[in-house]
Amino acid sequence: MKEKLEALRQEAIAQLNDVADVQTLNDLRVKYLGKKGALTEVLRGMGALSAEERPLIGQVANDVRGAIEGLIESKQQAFQKAETEQRLQAEKVDVTLPGRKMTQGGTHPLNKVIQEIEEIFIGMGYHIAEGPEVETDYYNFEALNLPKNHPARDMQDTFYITEELLMRTQTSPVQIRTMERMEGKVPVKIICPGKVYRRDDDDATHSFQFYQIEGLVIGENIRMSDLKGTLLQFVQEMFGPNTQIRLRPSFFPFTEPSAEVDVTCARCGGSGCRVCKHTGWLEILGCGMVHPEVLRKGGYDPEVHSGFAFGMGPDRIAMLKYGIDDIRHFYGGDVAFLKQFARM
Amino acid sequence: MKVSTEWLSDYVSLENVTAEELAEQITRAGIEIDEVEHRNHGISKVVVGYVKSKEKHPDADKLNVCVVDAGQGEDLQIVCGAKNVDAGQKVPVALVGAQLPGGLEIKKAKLRGVASQGMICSAKELGMNDKLLPKEQQEGIFVLEENAEIGTPITSVLGLDDKILDFDLTPNRSDCLSMRGAAYEVAAILGRDVKLPDPERELVEVADAASSHISVQISSPEHCSHYTARYITGVKIAPSPQWMQNRLMAAGVRPINNIVDITNYVMLEYGQPLHAFDADRLTGGAVDVRLAREGETLVTLDGQERKLEPHMLLITDGVKPVGLAGVMGGLDSEVTDSTVNILLESAKFDGGTIRKTSRQLGLRSEASQRFEKEVDPGAVIPALNRAASLIARYCAGTVHKGIVEAGAAQAEEKVIVLSFDKLNRFLGTELSMLEVKTIFGRLHFHAADTAQGILEVQVPTRRGDITKDVDLIEEIARLYGYDNIPTTAIEGPTTPGGYTKPQAIRREIRRLFTHGGWQEVISYSFTHPELAVLFPALTEGSVPVKLSMPMSEERSVLRTSMLPQLLDIAVHNANRKQYDLALFEVGNVFFSQEETLTVQPKELNVLSLLLCGSRGQKQWNHSPEKVDFFDLKGALETLFGDLGLEGAIRYVANQPAGYHPGRSASVYLINGGGEQVLIGTLGQVHPELQQERGLGDVYVAEILLQPLYDHADFDIRYQELPRFPASERDIAVVVDSAVEAGSLLESIREAAGELLQNVQVFDVFTGSKLGEGKKSVAISLVYRHNERTLTDEEVTAAHGGVVSALEQKFQAELRK
Repeated sequence: MKEKLEALRQEAIAQLNDVADVQTLNDLRVKYLGKKGALTEVLRGMGALSAEERPLIGQVANDVRGAIEGLIESKQQAFQKAETEQRLQAEKVDVTLPGRKMTQGGTHPLNKVIQEIEEIFIGMGYHIAEGPEVETDYYNFEALNLPKNHPARDMQDTFYITEELLMRTQTSPVQIRTMERMEGKVPVKIICPGKVYRRDDDDATHSFQFYQIEGLVIGENIRMSDLKGTLLQFVQEMFGPNTQIRLRPSFFPFTEPSAEVDVTCARCGGSGCRVCKHTGWLEILGCGMVHPEVLRKGGYDPEVHSGFAFGMGPDRIAMLKYGIDDIRHFYGGDVAFLKQFARM
Repeated sequence: MKVSTEWLSDYVSLENVTAEELAEQITRAGIEIDEVEHRNHGISKVVVGYVKSKEKHPDADKLNVCVVDAGQGEDLQIVCGAKNVDAGQKVPVALVGAQLPGGLEIKKAKLRGVASQGMICSAKELGMNDKLLPKEQQEGIFVLEENAEIGTPITSVLGLDDKILDFDLTPNRSDCLSMRGAAYEVAAILGRDVKLPDPERELVEVADAASSHISVQISSPEHCSHYTARYITGVKIAPSPQWMQNRLMAAGVRPINNIVDITNYVMLEYGQPLHAFDADRLTGGAVDVRLAREGETLVTLDGQERKLEPHMLLITDGVKPVGLAGVMGGLDSEVTDSTVNILLESAKFDGGTIRKTSRQLGLRSEASQRFEKEVDPGAVIPALNRAASLIARYCAGTVHKGIVEAGAAQAEEKVIVLSFDKLNRFLGTELSMLEVKTIFGRLHFHAADTAQGILEVQVPTRRGDITKDVDLIEEIARLYGYDNIPTTAIEGPTTPGGYTKPQAIRREIRRLFTHGGWQEVISYSFTHPELAVLFPALTEGSVPVKLSMPMSEERSVLRTSMLPQLLDIAVHNANRKQYDLALFEVGNVFFSQEETLTVQPKELNVLSLLLCGSRGQKQWNHSPEKVDFFDLKGALETLFGDLGLEGAIRYVANQPAGYHPGRSASVYLINGGGEQVLIGTLGQVHPELQQERGLGDVYVAEILLQPLYDHADFDIRYQELPRFPASERDIAVVVDSAVEAGSLLESIREAAGELLQNVQVFDVFTGSKLGEGKKSVAISLVYRHNERTLTDEEVTAAHGGVVSALEQKFQAELRK
């Protein structure tokens, strides 16, 4: 009987080794291990064995069953694995096809620049002040030390609505309005971003509508050196830690002393390039110490308080920063232009 | 102001400093110089030659064969085509090997068989600016002065070695509209001396008094504080000397004749405009400075008849106007070739008066530019004397004794008190008293320390811009060097910065919309009057504010809505095949009810949206669908939800002008008092308007932001997460098509009571099965109790209430 079992084992293993599909494997399982299978058949003869032989043969029979079952199990696993692999192969995607993007809009490039500037100054303890775009002659000019018929009014061509009302040509009127609101209290630390308007024929570098950001600080002992320190900190945050500033004396009716500020060219880092006309410097800011007449108009005593003011053009900064060649793009709404700035 | 360095070096030494270095130093001290202009545009080996003889070319009618002594040892034979060449002339001769502007090189040549050893040049060939040449020198060869020395390089004869610094002056530095001012500035920068001509010493007068020939009076003293004149007789009109012409041309002024050139020369020298009248053309001989009378006219030098207005200041001869004071002289009393006797004027006119006249007439002259900015009262008489002495010298004029004048020079030097301590405190510097006084010395400001730490600074009259101590501080700072001022941090308590609530909300709007796929635009605030009124809903009753002098009709009024601009932008993009747009703009619109403004218009902060085309891009795995009303409305709902206002907003079907009447709504905000406030409109653009603009379906919205600033709720309160399960029930009802979903939901909320946690429409359809004028609305309801699990009975009871409410209110039929 032992021989029979061994023969059965040999036969089953031989057949199982040749199995190539699940169906045959299942058939063989029934054939050898099923209720009417070959192993059961052999074991039916157990009753004829002696009491000593029975456990021995039982042991052999279990071994044979175990071997066959093990083989079937491992075969089955192999088949399953192969099947899975085949399925995964079939599920393969072309990873080079485009995905479904999240929809992404974009902030206008001017507002990107303005927000960046605002954030820097907020970090330095400033507030943002705003005012009307239609201004009175008083706030736009007179309170800023620009009386009627002053030759310096030629510096800005103005859109008038009536004799007394006009489109603001600068955001400086917000400075006066802020001073009035503060009623002589210090410190004043504001920046004033906003649209301004000047009669100017539009071309690649001029627009009758553009933006300005001005800053104003008033305190008890504000020095011109503080102005330099403030601007240096700002430009280094805005354009990088190696940026330097250079002040050149200039004239604005509302500041004295006044200065134009050159900043290390952000393109070439100061070595000279086309953008900075090979000077290494870009003129992007105007500034000065607040004129005593302006302080007085705003309700501050120039013998007690002093201050500084500065101004810059986000349009120009954005043009330099992004290499834009025509200011009119900002206001044309062409999405092919605008979408270029819709990212970090 | 174009400053000739050759001229400048008469007054201040420019040794050891190149024009370029000087330009940089002047720029760094406050007057910008963009460029140094070289008058020599590439000339070499061109010298003065003497035309000894001129013969006709044997084979060419238009050519001459000249024998020229150019100081080269032997005479040169030169073929010349100019009509005006003649024997006895001194002319510029380009020698063989000479270079001319434009890279032309002169070689030995044969012209129609005759050898030519050089070229006789015209002014143009020498690279001189045509417009600045005297008329007689514009054509043909350039005929030089008789006393020009043979063989001298032409560059030195014509001042072509000169380099010009173009001073780009700020309005305060009108002192540098003169060579004298430029000299003081440069001397201060370089720390060198200034030496100026001394007209009083140079001038020689005859005994016959001017006052027995002319008189002057000022009838409008508020417009003219000082008027001075000299009487000069027997002048001979001729070209002015070449050196003077060179300097005028260097300054951009065209030489005319010796008298006019001298007045211009002295104006450039002193910054004081002068005028020479032909004295014999002044009928009365009695100059009166007065305002124009109604209806008066004057033909000015340029030949134009000017209608005069009563605010314009005139020079009259006692009978008729002879000049527009400070702006332009009259044609009739102009100095001409036949002029013999002249009245020379030097005056101080009020800047504002001159400015007003010159602007109104559109007539800006070298003179008016200077008067506008207030001339130096201390230069009126020196300039007059200087010009008189030059006329005596170069025009053979006889200067009669004395100055005839009215008014007086207000030429006292101001004294400004400066605290030394304030100076350093203001700048953040630690300058010593010696350094400060040295700088004032360089400026030729006399500074005396009268008391401890107090300087009394005397400011010359030429620096009218300096009136306050801060002006002196600026002078010190700019000459000390702005770069030498330290950089410091502001002292005192630090202040926290931040955004106001409206500013924070605007930033949030920008964040929300850009993250949701919308592109921000910025459009123009000016628009066409017809476009301004297309979407009047939010600014009803407003009259568009008009600009008084617009640049064009398209941009002549202030916008009352941004939607017309957004439509323009949509058209612009559609023309570039960019059809799928989701645009937003945050900006101001202008509201006024006045035809003619007396107060500022209201400026309303508005969010505007435009949506058109398809949702998403056509792609291998996505077919885009057209956007519709609900894409737009959904965006607004998201916004209001974001601002904590979800429950406070109502949408009401409406027909605002400019919108599709069936696809538009007004948006209301219910404020704390339960009032409904109109805050916006949304919907499809009216199909006729769409068609007119060549656009497909476009959806737009505009929302007033102030109500959102006022009511936005940033207060987030945590709500406990549900611990008990919810029961979900769906319901589908058939109602009249006219019944709004909003009303159904409102009734459901009311009927279901507190157990209803959420309710949502999930399907709407119409169809013939439902019958004419009917629609089916499917709604899902979620019931939940926060403290326990709801029993089936409770849910059924609540739900039953909902169903019967719908049946009662809307005659709804329940669909099974």
